[in-house]
Amino acid sequence: MKIDRRSFLSYTTAAVLGGTAGSMLTPAPWKLIDDAAIWTQNWPWTPVPEDGEVTYKKSVCTLCPGGCGITVRLVNGRPIKIEGSKEYPVNKGSLCPMGISGLQYLYGPSRVTSPLKREGKRGEGKWKKVSWDEALAAVTKKLSELRATGRSQSVVCLTGSDRGTIPNLIDRFLTVYGSPNFIRSSTAQDAIEQAIYLTQGKQGTPIFDIENANFILSFGSGILDGWGSPGRLFNLYGGLKPTKTIIQIEPRLSDTAAMANQWVGINPGTETALALGLAHVIIKKSLYDKNFVENFAFGFDDWTDEDGKTHDGFSTMVKNFTPEKVAQITGIDKTEIVSLARNFARASKPIAINGRGQGDVPGSIDESLAVQSLNALVGNINKPGGISAIPDSNYAKWPEVTIDEVASKGRQQPRIDGAGSEQFPNTRFLLNRLPEILNKTKDESPVQALLVTAANPLYTLPDTASTKKAFDRIPFIVSFSPYMDETAAYADYILPNHSYLERLQEVPTDAGISRQVIGLAKPVVQPIYDTKHVGDSFILIAKALGGFISNAFPWNNYEGFLKETLKDQWRELNRKGMIEIENNTPEPLAYTFNTVSGKFEFYPTARNTAQPKNRSALPSYTPVPIEGDIQRFQLVLIPYDTIRLASNNIANSPFMTKTIDDTVLKKQTGMVEINPTTARGLGLKEGSTALLTTPKGKATVKIHLFEGIMPGLIAIPKGLGHTAYNKFLANKGTNFNDLIGPIEDPGSGLDMAWGIRAKLIRI
Amino acid sequence: MKEKNDYKQAKRYGMVIDLDKCTGCGACMVGCYSENNVPFKADETNKLDSINWIRIFKITNDKPYPETETCYIPMPCMQCDGVGKHGHPPCVSVCPAVATDYDYDTGIISQIYTRCFGCRYCMAACPYHARKFNWWDPVWPADMEKYLNPKVSPRMRGVVEKCSFCFHRYQQARDKAYLEKREELAENEYQTACAEACPTGAITFGDLNNKNHAVYKLKNSPKAFRLLERLNTNPKVYYLTSKKWVRRAGDNYLTHEEPGKIKNNMKEHH
Repeated sequence: MKIDRRSFLSYTTAAVLGGTAGSMLTPAPWKLIDDAAIWTQNWPWTPVPEDGEVTYKKSVCTLCPGGCGITVRLVNGRPIKIEGSKEYPVNKGSLCPMGISGLQYLYGPSRVTSPLKREGKRGEGKWKKVSWDEALAAVTKKLSELRATGRSQSVVCLTGSDRGTIPNLIDRFLTVYGSPNFIRSSTAQDAIEQAIYLTQGKQGTPIFDIENANFILSFGSGILDGWGSPGRLFNLYGGLKPTKTIIQIEPRLSDTAAMANQWVGINPGTETALALGLAHVIIKKSLYDKNFVENFAFGFDDWTDEDGKTHDGFSTMVKNFTPEKVAQITGIDKTEIVSLARNFARASKPIAINGRGQGDVPGSIDESLAVQSLNALVGNINKPGGISAIPDSNYAKWPEVTIDEVASKGRQQPRIDGAGSEQFPNTRFLLNRLPEILNKTKDESPVQALLVTAANPLYTLPDTASTKKAFDRIPFIVSFSPYMDETAAYADYILPNHSYLERLQEVPTDAGISRQVIGLAKPVVQPIYDTKHVGDSFILIAKALGGFISNAFPWNNYEGFLKETLKDQWRELNRKGMIEIENNTPEPLAYTFNTVSGKFEFYPTARNTAQPKNRSALPSYTPVPIEGDIQRFQLVLIPYDTIRLASNNIANSPFMTKTIDDTVLKKQTGMVEINPTTARGLGLKEGSTALLTTPKGKATVKIHLFEGIMPGLIAIPKGLGHTAYNKFLANKGTNFNDLIGPIEDPGSGLDMAWGIRAKLIRI
Repeated sequence: MKEKNDYKQAKRYGMVIDLDKCTGCGACMVGCYSENNVPFKADETNKLDSINWIRIFKITNDKPYPETETCYIPMPCMQCDGVGKHGHPPCVSVCPAVATDYDYDTGIISQIYTRCFGCRYCMAACPYHARKFNWWDPVWPADMEKYLNPKVSPRMRGVVEKCSFCFHRYQQARDKAYLEKREELAENEYQTACAEACPTGAITFGDLNNKNHAVYKLKNSPKAFRLLERLNTNPKVYYLTSKKWVRRAGDNYLTHEEPGKIKNNMKEHH
């Protein structure tokens, strides 16, 4: 057959068309594609989770002090999901993103899976796995040496909280061992509880009964940004009736401010002046609760002491804080101030709250006192919808301890942090002072051993560089952290605690003013790594130290101790998962105060007035000094909190970090917010890279333009800039604490820094 | 699944999100990640390759300080009913592999990973960016594979995924009802993970056809609107807001146009 060009083309065309048509009609190519797809989807590294019986276990979340009830869903005994427990009275089913992502802490790459001994230099990350016997023996040996050489007071235990049996157990250990240096991490609670103590003479955990209030005047408290118990507050917010009003006072439009009925932009650090200005208007317009002020308060009017000296009363003092003057200080319009005061005083259940953002920094005592005074003016003390201090209920029945001479001598030494000293008589813990004290000491470090549990000072303390320097002076650091946090990474030994889902622990929390809830965090899963309950570790160390120390811990383990000390309540707690303690005090019984005058003291006579010299004990407004030369640093850097970032001792889970917007973090660089008008002056645009410098440090940041921030300010999120943990968190963004130092309140010693001067240069 | 139940009205599951209550906390996102085995990488700041079945967007009214306002808009898959509400959403219409389909019993749009071959037409078609592509195989570090939910299959490289309105929860609830010889599900029997996780109760979920479900009433509220309504995609996700500027942000309105007052000029076909 002759094949010419024409027939060649027609044959090939026919063949191609026919072939195509043929193969279209056969299922072969589709089958092949399908098979290929199925093959790629059965690659062995795509996990197939094992199915099985679904069960639920109830527990309490202890990732933060909020104490929310959780329900854990398990498949074949394997926890797969955490949800809020609807029956739990604190959070009623609501949970924050951290709580929901809790399983990432249990199974995550940051877990310390066995006791570790440091091999290389501090913080180098070279560890040797050791047995529990070896690790416990090493700690015991050190503590026993220090005790034998009369240096028992140089042992410091740092915890995240002082509530509940675990901190109490550690405190008991220090008592019999012979050290006064039990330190709780500092939060806004320090200042607020001190203000309540000074005005009411009552020591306890401050409670704000937001449940029953209907006008919430928040001096920067991020009630929807992680302040207090997030589960409780989110639940409350969701159920808010339109009759409830939230006023948010802060210089940046936070998520709380955005949801508030009214956002009041205020010059940062001037909240105290505003509180006193509001008091001025309330008193001048005679809008205060006369029954409370006349019958149950002291120091409202001028008064004369035993020596015949006349003192200004609160009402006289606030005369200086006219709306005009306060408007000038705070930048808030004076008519606005008057109407705020009027609305606050006229509301049927008003409450004023403070503690900026998540409430991590104590703030000045003046501020907390001024806010307490506002609450007192509306008679809002110890009653529903008001504020109170709830003393730790003594549900745990501790047997008496007997201590030996060494311990007694050690206990009588002054605290290293200066809390309770002549200088700071009303302050209980002063962690923020520790680094400076250590760095200033020329001779042997007053801290010879530091035991850290549920705290991460190398991340959370201001001025990270100087904290690190101070830690270098401590010869022996032990971390009990279940996670490789910054402090654990810098320790000599890590004796890892169980993670919170493997640990038994009772959790005292509050659900409003009248109810205290003691929850029980029960292990939902057996410990998956070679870890030990921190309570057990302390009991074992005590037993190994022997003598009186051992005698004070007659229990085999923490569980035995908990059962024995809780006695009858244990059964109920174990069965129901919680017990509720009602502490309703009806008026006028609620108005009995333990102060010198027996009344609520507008003029807190117990206040230390030595610094500055001969000051009045009344709250006053002196601008909190801010570090930095205004010529060199023309902007002011303030931190902000968001519920999607954990800035406390436990850091973000990978899921939380995943939720962060690309206007907060871009690759590894953190973004700061500035007002577009400020940016224009600096030649900065959205997404520009800039060098952020403060007197304490510098960081490379990216710019996010945000109209909702006061011009002249820079806002930086807290919770980023970790150096430890894992690749899902480390080296992302900047730690605000690298850029700021503490400012000591002269009367309390507490840190009251709210910001620092800064500059931004485009790079 | 084209057969319709002829004896009773089909369900149209939908969601109403109250933006006046959404604080932007991210609990819905995290609740969804852990319910649906959504993976995570070391860097999730490139939101184009960050897999989210529900993502919260932050918008502002762009007014200068201190008149600025912000609002969060959580966006799951809108589960569009499509033009004429006949079950032809933009994504289903373009899928060459029938890997995504409209379920006439529930109104939920499925995503069948074993059929998907990753052409990403659906992603291009979706006006809401609800769909995400797996550029990499997922990795769960340390012991994290242990927390995976067996009711939801982990996805692999090369497939598209999106919000399923937690369809596995519907299947479980329906199975349970079947065993108990019930035909109808109670409202609280089937809830999505995000609705359950929302700590302020901003997300309400239920059957939009059922007069007794909360969503039925809420969707008819004068505060209700949907995103890009004029595209006639007919989303089953509604939003509530009392703020005019938020409502305006829900579509590309011209300055003279008033949201809610514009007549729908698209003809209903058939």
